Amino acid sequence: MNELNPSAITIESEGRDDRPSVASQRSRRDRSARRVFSVITLLPIFLIVVITLALVARSWPILSAYPLKDLILGNIWKPDDKLFGFWPFIMGTFWVTIVGVLLAVPPCILVAIYLTEYAHSLTRSTAKPILDLLAAIPPVVYGVWGLLAIVPFVDQVLAPFSERWLNNIPLFTVNQPTGFGILAGGIVLAVMIAPLIVSVLYEIFTTVPNDLRHASLAVGATRWQTIRSVVLPQVMPGIVAAVVLGASRALGETIAVLMVVGNVAKVPTSIFDAAYPLPALIANNYGDMMSIPLYDAALLCAALVLLVVILIFNILSTLVLQRMLERKWA
Amino acid sequence: MGMKKNRWQRRHLVEAFMQLLMRLSLVVVAGSLGLILWTIIVRGLPALTWDMITQSPKGGFYMGKGGGVLNAILGSLYLAGGGTLLALIFSLPIALYLKTYLGDSKWGRYVRLSLDVLWGIPSIVYGAFGFTLMLAIGLRASLLAGIIVLALVELPIMTRAMDEVIRRMPADLEQAALALGSTRFEVALRVITRQMLPGIVTAVLLAFGRGIGDAASVLFTAGYTDRIPTSLMRPTASLPLAVFFQLGTPYPEVQQRGYASALLLTIIVLLVSFGSRWISGYLNKYTIK
Repeated sequence: MNELNPSAITIESEGRDDRPSVASQRSRRDRSARRVFSVITLLPIFLIVVITLALVARSWPILSAYPLKDLILGNIWKPDDKLFGFWPFIMGTFWVTIVGVLLAVPPCILVAIYLTEYAHSLTRSTAKPILDLLAAIPPVVYGVWGLLAIVPFVDQVLAPFSERWLNNIPLFTVNQPTGFGILAGGIVLAVMIAPLIVSVLYEIFTTVPNDLRHASLAVGATRWQTIRSVVLPQVMPGIVAAVVLGASRALGETIAVLMVVGNVAKVPTSIFDAAYPLPALIANNYGDMMSIPLYDAALLCAALVLLVVILIFNILSTLVLQRMLERKWA
Repeated sequence: MGMKKNRWQRRHLVEAFMQLLMRLSLVVVAGSLGLILWTIIVRGLPALTWDMITQSPKGGFYMGKGGGVLNAILGSLYLAGGGTLLALIFSLPIALYLKTYLGDSKWGRYVRLSLDVLWGIPSIVYGAFGFTLMLAIGLRASLLAGIIVLALVELPIMTRAMDEVIRRMPADLEQAALALGSTRFEVALRVITRQMLPGIVTAVLLAFGRGIGDAASVLFTAGYTDRIPTSLMRPTASLPLAVFFQLGTPYPEVQQRGYASALLLTIIVLLVSFGSRWISGYLNKYTIK
């Protein structure tokens, strides 16, 4: 190769110059794109860590000034007197979420079963856009609906009914007749989380192989017997995960709940009582939080509590669901 | 014999009863959508005037005087538009990287898990985080801050929705392109992105719809003003907060306009939702079946 005459080399290198350089340019671009993409792909994991750390750092002043027990179990919230007890808000969040989930889960399971096991494909293809639209409606619109329809409904129908028939049962006592309260918040939440629960359950139910259903139907079981004794046992962990996922969505819902729940910082004793959930606390007081010492730390601590509970709920349910859905593709 | 017959009847009764319950549940769920739309339309339509969508609030607007919510409509479009654009810059590479390099590997699973977890974080927490971020970098409540926080809210929604369609792409297209000597980057850019364009557009519009309706995250970060936003550094109004603040006043006329604003927001969200169906159906004509 060295013996070749110089002019030939230049010609040849001119000819070769193009091709290898295009290829190497392409592979170089591929490598650098890969590097950039891989860094961007780590962004979600990075974000979770940063959000958690930032909230821990900002709520550190209050976490270090008071014992955790006093913060969580404290009953009195008076930022002016430096009293920061989260217990009424934690209980408010808990009750609104529980009522919402309890109202949503039974119909959602039935709807998901109906759509997978019974429904005509036409019903299925109309149900999907309806659920999509329900999921697309903004929280504040749910709030307006709650204010205009649900609060009066609770006030004029459910509360009188409960007063007449259920007044001796502890959780159903009507103490304040306005309609604003846990039940109104729970009903609004139930409708808000329904599309999520139904669509997750639908995905889960379709992972059950048809052979199992056919075997059960072939020996004479009715369709409901098949569902109860063949399908449901297969998907039980998925149902639990879907419910937990729905609950975690309900826990953090802010505006819609805030508009109908009454916002009274007292531990509720009945589903007709007003409550003051954590997200509402944060949203209502963000304006003054820089004016009182420790107030901003307390509110960001509320956000941290919410975040930690939701992270745990979400990670557990997502792990279960991922495992169940993989079965379908396996 | 008699007992057998009895049991036979009972399980069929149960069957019929359960089917009835299921149909009822479906009616309740679908009916609640109808109820919501009905309530918003009936209460919002009377106050929905031309002024509402063509004017900004005038003096005394929150006491029942003239004006409209143009500031909030434009503010929301800017916020959600900017947030969606910013989220897209990150979510398309993530979705493509998940498909072309990670697939169903261990890291792929971690990233998907983290996206699902991010999706579940409530927007009020994003708002609180955005607020601490603003304090840290010295940014005031502004359009820019709102856009950044909305991008965070939208990122997991958009990425996961894209990922769901992209991972279902038939493997043979990708393999054919690789066999012809394409690099993976070229496959991602020229094959996957084009073939999956309808799904990508749907994901983007889904995230946009979610962003434009979100109130809790912009409450902290975008502020509120009666002026139409002119700069990234100025605060901006948004439609969800316009609804919220108008309902917070004691004046019935203003509350009426709050219902009308809620109707406007609903109309925008429904248009985005139907639009995404139409566009993806249209684009589907240009993909390889």
